[in-house]
Amino acid sequence: MRPDLQELKFLCKEVRRDIVRMTHAAGSGHPGGSLSAVELLVGLYFARMRHDAQRPEWAERDRFILSKGHAAPVLYSVLARAGYFPVEELLTLRQLGSRLQGHPHMLALPGLDNSSGSLGQGLSQANGLALAARLNQMDYRVYCLLGDGELQEGQVWEAAMTAAHYKLDNVCAIVDYNGLQIDGSVEDVIGLAPLDKKWAAFNWHVINIDGHDLEQVLAAYDEAATVRDKPTVILAKTVKGKGISFMEDVAGWHGKAPNDDELAKALAELAN
Amino acid sequence: MIKKPTRDGYGNALLMLGESNPDVVVLDADLAMSTRTNWFWEKYPDRFFDIGIAEQDMLGTAAGLAMGGKIPFATTYGVFIAGRAWDQIRTTICYANLNVKIVGAHGGISVGPDGATHQALEEIALMRVLPNMQMIVPCDAVETQKATLAAAAIPGPVYIRLTREPTPIFTSEEDEWHFGRANLLRSGSDVTIIGCGPILYEALLAADQLAQQGVSCRVINMHTIKPLDEAAILAAARETGAIVTVEEHQVNAGLGGAIAEVLVKNYPVPVEMVGIKDTFGESGNPDDLAVKYGLTKKNIMAAALRALERKWVRRGDLYRD
Repeated sequence: MRPDLQELKFLCKEVRRDIVRMTHAAGSGHPGGSLSAVELLVGLYFARMRHDAQRPEWAERDRFILSKGHAAPVLYSVLARAGYFPVEELLTLRQLGSRLQGHPHMLALPGLDNSSGSLGQGLSQANGLALAARLNQMDYRVYCLLGDGELQEGQVWEAAMTAAHYKLDNVCAIVDYNGLQIDGSVEDVIGLAPLDKKWAAFNWHVINIDGHDLEQVLAAYDEAATVRDKPTVILAKTVKGKGISFMEDVAGWHGKAPNDDELAKALAELAN
Repeated sequence: MIKKPTRDGYGNALLMLGESNPDVVVLDADLAMSTRTNWFWEKYPDRFFDIGIAEQDMLGTAAGLAMGGKIPFATTYGVFIAGRAWDQIRTTICYANLNVKIVGAHGGISVGPDGATHQALEEIALMRVLPNMQMIVPCDAVETQKATLAAAAIPGPVYIRLTREPTPIFTSEEDEWHFGRANLLRSGSDVTIIGCGPILYEALLAADQLAQQGVSCRVINMHTIKPLDEAAILAAARETGAIVTVEEHQVNAGLGGAIAEVLVKNYPVPVEMVGIKDTFGESGNPDDLAVKYGLTKKNIMAAALRALERKWVRRGDLYRD
């Protein structure tokens, strides 16, 4: 049974609470770019991806490649809530001996489809998985979440060319377009606009959505699955730090953990 | 003496793997004719992917193919694959211990006229420092074929270093060959030459000439750089008491460095290193470059005699003024 929209929205709040709790407990981590991707991941893992927490190595599962590895907290929360490992383990994030490394380590934790942390490398991995699906005559899809600042890495555009060249319509890239990176606004650091035209010029099918509107998110995944002979990119306009007033649209919350007061405030805002 | 470039052995092995293992796939970055992956490409076009001039993407794509159960051989020149795409090898491939075979052609200064930019002299250093990485530097086309077949059967990342020039074939199909186990090429008791790659042929010539002068040289083919056959190194140190390392690569952090680490920790003996000494190469024909950069039989003989003299001095058999 797939959850309905209300249940998905509830899950999104749950995941946001996890993210602030985890980063607070760790004393470090990346809440901003995790909070912006919540609907994108909840939509995938709870409504669209073919996967089974009891069989993390299932060969025919859809794959999720986290290219922006610093958003590990949102992925860990979603995986735990989906049943890959106990929810209590989330609070071990970044601690010595934890399976929840600061950036995802696929050998450490069930459910992770890649290791990442050095930006720009995920889309190439997604392409390789998509080519393997073709060779193995499997119909799994490969989703890859990228940050917008991450698109400054040249390898992303190498991979964009490869996906289009090999007509990888089983690849769906998702850009968490929150507009901020560590040094400030993406447009001020090294601008990306017009981003939709860039991807279109690289022969991708482009879908623009509000990345916090679950209905738009799900519709985009459905549309991507119907596109033939082209990879799809979903440009999801998001807000960094979404859901917590004092974190929203503040670049400083890229890589900073909330303190005790901030945690209490955040949890109050996220109460049901 | 039959000469062939080691890359031909690689091309042959890929053809054999194409036939025997449907999971083997090959990737190249616009150098398929030069690396000999075009032989596989012609015969198995559905399992060959030219990624274009994009080495970082090629390694990421290879990683994804490995995640999907394939055995990818990602191939281009050593400088571009081991150097330019090092972080992709580190984070995407080695950290996740993915089953990707990384093949760097045109290793060494013998690349010749293309000059320093294309003469890879650092791959041993760059690869052996990575956890989970395994590495083979074959000495001739026959050994390259064996190494490539072996790499396909070994789980996890493996780097294979190839060379451009035709070089003597001095191993045979019948020779036993095991990944991770050094091969004895000459027995000897006075000094041991440990080398890797086609330059080992110069080491054999040096050993033969030294034998005529009454110096008994052991020669070891250290084809597997990682895991290093420490037992063979330590036996040589104990039994001959002097070591010469030989490689067409930077000696710092190269094979020379690797062997020195083993000896310093376990059984220090005098070591002399033949190889590139902290410098870039330059354009020229391979033979002239070998002379200028000290990579010939003569250099190896001189190094062996220096190591021998140091051994004697150390033992008190010989006193300096």
